[in-house]
Amino acid sequence: MADHSHDNSHGHPENPIKYYIGVFTLLLVMTGLTVFVAQYDLEKHWGPLNAIVALSIAVIKAMAVIMIFMHVRWSSRLTQLIVVSAAFWLLIMLSFTISDYFTRGGWPIGLGKY
Amino acid sequence: MAEHATHIEGLAHHFVSMEQQKEAGMIGMWLFLVTEVMFFGGLFLAYTIYRTIYPEGFLYGSHLLNVTLGGTNTVVLIVSSLTMAMGVYYSQKGEPKKVMGFLTLTLILGLVFLVIKYFEYASKIHDKLFPAMGWYNPETTGAHGVPLNLQQPVRVFLWIYFLMTGLHAVHMIVGAGILITLILMTRKGKFTKNYNSPVEISGLYWHFVDIVWIFLFPLLYLTGYHLSVGGH
Repeated sequence: MADHSHDNSHGHPENPIKYYIGVFTLLLVMTGLTVFVAQYDLEKHWGPLNAIVALSIAVIKAMAVIMIFMHVRWSSRLTQLIVVSAAFWLLIMLSFTISDYFTRGGWPIGLGKY
Repeated sequence: MAEHATHIEGLAHHFVSMEQQKEAGMIGMWLFLVTEVMFFGGLFLAYTIYRTIYPEGFLYGSHLLNVTLGGTNTVVLIVSSLTMAMGVYYSQKGEPKKVMGFLTLTLILGLVFLVIKYFEYASKIHDKLFPAMGWYNPETTGAHGVPLNLQQPVRVFLWIYFLMTGLHAVHMIVGAGILITLILMTRKGKFTKNYNSPVEISGLYWHFVDIVWIFLFPLLYLTGYHLSVGGH
């Protein structure tokens, strides 16, 4: 490990603990923030605003875990490509399916107005 | 077999070097996690579509969940991800005593999560909020402040809640089993500074399960939270 500790593209840094503590603090602060924001009904300003804020915070938290705790920042290019492919295929599944629902008549599809 | 002049401790015969063996293991785990992303992704897709159809039902359904218990479990999982990362770090350093300590801490935190989840489920089942229990019958309930016309949509939310958190809990149970195995292997001295792939790979799995909860907590627990605190 000491052999390539200075190469940040591959292998781990000399002392990753400071990164781990940093991510840990970020995760706690972001959790507090998402609970705090959820107390307010932002949807009266704009429909999906609550969901957008909650999801943005969750994506930031997930990125921090993936890059630091899961070492992707220091992983090989091939590993990084596989991680990106997961997000890519997930986005295809979500966007294609949701756009299909949206572009059919009568969205939201009604089982009665609830 | 004779072509390998020197045998390296912990190196399987079909790999050229320890680096190659480790890289193959990491890539294998990441590929598995990609399939897991798609697996949970399908459920998040169902959540998105039903929430768009029944926004009010999801608001009231979410309102039925206990934010204190869900939030506590979020913090428990964040701490457990830190202890797991520390365990992996000391396995790279070749300090088995510290590895065992941090893996044991991670295991305890995982079990704390499951115990809290058990009490949450028990309370929901006691209140007949488990959707297979006939709660949706407006003749018998109308309970929990859910308007009559929202009872069916709330039931859809509760199905999704139990399915997603249940699948996540199954992953936690599997993770606890993996941790017990790792602790026993570390105790037997199976891992060295040069060979610790099982610890690193299991760490990836544990962090992935944490990430799933990072999304589940706001989407399930916090969607209707402003109803509880007065709706500012």
